[in-house]
Amino acid sequence: MAQTTATEPTAKNVQPSRLDPTFKNEVMREHDAETLKTCFQCGTCTSSCPTARFSSSYRPRTVLRIAQLGLREKVLQSTALWLCTACFTCTDRCPQGVEVASVLRVLRNLAVKSGEVPLIYRELASSINDTGYAYRIPDIRHKKREEMGLPALPKPKTADIAKLIELSNGSKLLKR
Amino acid sequence: MAQLKYAFFLGCTIPYRVGSYEVSARKVFDKLGIELVEMPDANCCGLPVDPANHEMMLALSARNLCLAEQLGLNIITLCTGCATTLRKTNKLLKTDKKMKDEINGWLKQIGMEFKGTIEVKHMVQALKEDVGFERIKNTVQRPLTSLSVAEHGGCHLLRPVKYMGWDNPEEPQTLKDLIELTGATCLDYWDEAECCGYTVIAIDEKVALQLTREKLNHIKGVGAQALITVCPSCHLMFDVNQSRIERAFNETFKLPVLHYTQLLGLAMGMNPDELAIKELRVDPTQLLQAIQ
Repeated sequence: MAQTTATEPTAKNVQPSRLDPTFKNEVMREHDAETLKTCFQCGTCTSSCPTARFSSSYRPRTVLRIAQLGLREKVLQSTALWLCTACFTCTDRCPQGVEVASVLRVLRNLAVKSGEVPLIYRELASSINDTGYAYRIPDIRHKKREEMGLPALPKPKTADIAKLIELSNGSKLLKR
Repeated sequence: MAQLKYAFFLGCTIPYRVGSYEVSARKVFDKLGIELVEMPDANCCGLPVDPANHEMMLALSARNLCLAEQLGLNIITLCTGCATTLRKTNKLLKTDKKMKDEINGWLKQIGMEFKGTIEVKHMVQALKEDVGFERIKNTVQRPLTSLSVAEHGGCHLLRPVKYMGWDNPEEPQTLKDLIELTGATCLDYWDEAECCGYTVIAIDEKVALQLTREKLNHIKGVGAQALITVCPSCHLMFDVNQSRIERAFNETFKLPVLHYTQLLGLAMGMNPDELAIKELRVDPTQLLQAIQ
C-alpha cells in the first residue's frame, strides 16, 4: 500500500516573522481547547494514535506544537488534520489533561471557517439539512423495512433542522 | 429495578446500511422485557459534522434530547457514535449554563427547550446497569459453549472518559461479560481497544483499511471463530469491508462478524433468520454449524 499523500505540517525552517502569536488564543477560546496551553510535548498522543502508525503525515503532537507557535496557515491548510479518527485515546491518555482530540476538532472547525472543507463534510451536512439523516436513505431501504416488519423510519421536520443549521452557522457547509 | 422503557434512537448508519443490527436488537430486547418507544421526529445525532462545525453538532443532538424529554424517557442507542454524542451534549448542557442558554436560544426558534431531565445510554451500558446480567442469563436457553469469539466495543462506547466513564476503556470488561453470559468464551487479543478506522475512510481509505486489517490479523491470530461488535460503523469496517481488505492486502480472513444482539439471540434459542444473520457479508455458515 502506498503511503498517504496528505501534506505534512512541520515546524522546520520557519521564519519567526511568520508566527502569529494570537492564533493560540483564538484556538483556546473555543470549548474544550483551553487545555492547548498545558501541552509539554511528551508525545503520548502521537504514540497512542491509531492513525499515526499508518500515516506518514499525521502526528498530533506536531499539530499541537505548530498551533502553539502560531503557524496559522500551516496548521489550517494541512490535509493531515482531517486524519483524526476522533477515537479520543490521546485525550484520555494525556498526562497533562490536554483535550487533544478536542483541540484538533477546534482546528478543523477553524479550517472550515477559513474555507478548507473536505467534500465529505459538505455531503454530510447537506444530507442532514435536506433529510435529517447524514446519509440519503434510498427508497429501497424503506420498502425493505416494511418487508422485514420494522416500523417506518423517523421523518424529522426538515424545516426545523435547516433552521438549526442556519443558526449554528452551518449553512456555508452546504453544497450549492 | 430500573424501568426498562426507553426512547429508541436509531441514528443514520443503521437504517442506511446495517438493518441486521436493528432487527436482532428489537428481537432480543423484546425477550428481555425492554420496551422501545419510537422517536418519529429524530434527526442525525450530529457526530458526522462535529469535525466541521461543533455548534451544529450541539444543536442537532440537543434537538434529539428535547424529543426524548418530551416523551419523558431515557434514550437507548445501538450506535456508539450516537451514544457518545448525545451523552456529551446532554452533560454539557446540564452543566454549562452559558452553553445551555445559547443552544436554548436556537431551540426556542423551533419551539423547543432543553431541560436536562433525561439520560442517554448505549445498549451495552443499559444491559449492564438497567437490565442486569442475571436477567440476561435467565433468557439463555442454548448456551453457545462451543464458541470462542473476540469483541470489538469501539472507541465511542467508552471514550472520551469525561463523558462516558462507566467502564475502563483501556481494559474494557462489560462487553466481555455480556458475551460470556451466552456461554461463549471471549478471547483476549492485543489491540482490543483500538479504533476500527471508520471515521476517516472518506478522507484516507488506506489508513482506515489498515487499521481494520491489523485488528483482523490479531483476532484471527488468537483463534477467534467470530468477532462481536456493538456499533454499526465498526460492523461496516469488519464485515462489509472485510473482502475489500482481503483483496487489497492479498490476505484471507473469512471471519464472521456478528452484532452482539445476534449472538445473544442465538443463545436465547432464536433461529438465524429471525436475527437477520443472512444479511451478514462474511458467510457465517460454519459458525452456525458449530453451535448446532
